[in-house]
Amino acid sequence: MKGNFIDNLPKVYGIYTGGFIGFIIIMAIAEQMGMTAKAIGIAFVAFTVFIYALIGWLSRTAQADAYYVAGRQVPTVFNGMATAADWMSGASFVAMAGGIYFKGYGYMALLVGWTGGYVLVASLLAPYLRKFGCYTVPDFIGTRYGGNLARFSAVVVLTVASFTYVTAQINATGTIASVALDIPFQYAVYVGLISILLCSMLGGMRGVTWTQVAQYIVLIIAYLLPVFWISNKMGAGFFPHFMLADEVARIGELEQQFGFVKNAAADLKSVPKGLAGITKAHSAVNATPWAFISLALAMMMGTASLPHVMMRYFTTPSVKAARKSVGWSLFFIFLLYSSAPMLATLSKLSLIDPNLPTGIIGKTFAEVEAIDWYQNWNQANLMFISDFNGNGTLELNEFFMGGKAVVLATPEIAGLPYVISGLVAAGGMAAAMSTADGLILAIANAISHDVYYKIIDPKAETAKRLLVARVLLVIIGFAGATIAAMEIQGILGSVIWAFDFAMSGLFFPLVLGVWWKRANRQGAIAGMLGGLIAGAWYLVWVRTGGSGFLGITQLTFGIFGSAVSLVLMVIVSLMTAEPDKATQKMVDDVRVPSGKSILGKSH
Amino acid sequence: MSNQQKHWEKTRGLLFITLAIWFVFSIGIFLFGAEMNEVTGPFGYPWTYWFTCQGSLGAFVILIFWFANRQEKIDEEFGFSEREDE
Repeated sequence: MKGNFIDNLPKVYGIYTGGFIGFIIIMAIAEQMGMTAKAIGIAFVAFTVFIYALIGWLSRTAQADAYYVAGRQVPTVFNGMATAADWMSGASFVAMAGGIYFKGYGYMALLVGWTGGYVLVASLLAPYLRKFGCYTVPDFIGTRYGGNLARFSAVVVLTVASFTYVTAQINATGTIASVALDIPFQYAVYVGLISILLCSMLGGMRGVTWTQVAQYIVLIIAYLLPVFWISNKMGAGFFPHFMLADEVARIGELEQQFGFVKNAAADLKSVPKGLAGITKAHSAVNATPWAFISLALAMMMGTASLPHVMMRYFTTPSVKAARKSVGWSLFFIFLLYSSAPMLATLSKLSLIDPNLPTGIIGKTFAEVEAIDWYQNWNQANLMFISDFNGNGTLELNEFFMGGKAVVLATPEIAGLPYVISGLVAAGGMAAAMSTADGLILAIANAISHDVYYKIIDPKAETAKRLLVARVLLVIIGFAGATIAAMEIQGILGSVIWAFDFAMSGLFFPLVLGVWWKRANRQGAIAGMLGGLIAGAWYLVWVRTGGSGFLGITQLTFGIFGSAVSLVLMVIVSLMTAEPDKATQKMVDDVRVPSGKSILGKSH
Repeated sequence: MSNQQKHWEKTRGLLFITLAIWFVFSIGIFLFGAEMNEVTGPFGYPWTYWFTCQGSLGAFVILIFWFANRQEKIDEEFGFSEREDE
């Protein structure tokens, strides 16, 4: 191929996409010729992980600006895809449709929150931080406010938030690797970890960027193909997003007909942990305005404070490109997020509508227990039925399912070939790996650049800095995997906490750093540490039986944390001296796109 | 007022408009979620339901591109756009 790599990107990824579709077709043919389901699953995961590792190896680098910010030459659209993969985690891919399936409207606040946050990213932060020219988020805090304590506080907040998030992602890669490769979870976690490190260790941000683009392509195909296929197969409409109104209405009708019967506590004890029944309306408004809005707001402000997302916009060639790139990121995220409610609708209707051949509600227990897919997913501990009222037929309140089953099992229930299930496994793996990579890199870069290079040893040579960065990457990865192997908490819970931690400590120090010239070091430190401590205190208080106030729950504690952060930051800033002339000049320079960046190309 | 101050004033104006639109689609409409859901909206979905799964999400995408274009115009107007060689 002629020309440099960047100019050839559309061609390279075009060939890659074609190759991947070719691989799906080959697997489909192999399935017809008798390849076993297990072999197909292994082939999908192994093939895609091998490609990512290859990209990771090809992107190896020994330069600081390539390692930290991919040489600042990632084109707008490709950075959008990489951000979308970075953003959409194993939770988005595997658990989100399940959440919508069980909780309906109240849960969909997350859809609004996880997209609306990008408006804040684009308008308040990304272009200005790009102009700043920093390598990491604490790099901005440390330079704008000055002093090692400010820089270190930012590293602390970043690490708390990102580490909470990353264990969930490594957990997800482990779950998928253990199902697809059929190995025990404790080992699968480390298989997942090694795959993750293969992408990022040699090439840093450059390696992660180009693998994330590849991972986005896999995950979006793996999500959309089954949704369209199932919708067509059920006769629900060839373009589900515009055509499922009747299905949504039909679910409402069935809910009326069946009613939401509350199970006795003693009966529920027999249901395996992690499985749930349908207890909430599908499309009706089932949450108070404040419950919905507070969750959406927490997720939006968290989005704008999460360092692994913000640092993706450091890699664009210009400020202008950073702004546009946020738009493209959200567009690529929108493709998946707008499909999740459709999948939840199709999945729910196919299970509960007695008029459909796949519907199981109203059938006898013997009939349901004889169904192949029910046996498989019951064995995998993701489905469960129990005849609480002893009438021999399955009622809505007697059917339980795991959240993951909506994405993982619906293709099989709808009667799609196994090749689709293999594809979905590869997609889930891609989603979890890409997010884990971004997060581990964010933590390792912050510690190596901001703590080691800027605070401990400012004279270190590039080779030594990058060695430290890589060693940290491995250590953080293993620490994450070790905690993930202990399976302390569910995937989604810890993801939401990460947003709350990030917004508690970082939202206002970042935003006011650009938009309020008067903000100074003392204020920023008080805001970061005070916000983080207040948020963490509230979480612990509510978790240990505290009543909470203003309807702020353990999922939205960031609202309290960030409010404390804002108040402290404003009061302390105003009580202490205003920033010096040089800092004020720096803020002025950040506010216009033209001119040199604040920090040099290599710093 | 210097050129830079004028630029910043306009930038701030655009920010307020952007945040106002953002507020409507992320918070405003959900204050009336229950009432709005009684009405049939686009493609036959109930209005609030449609906003949560497509409407608000799509509005954010369009809003960001609109914002980026407007900001570029402001930067050009005051001569603060980046040159290619920087």
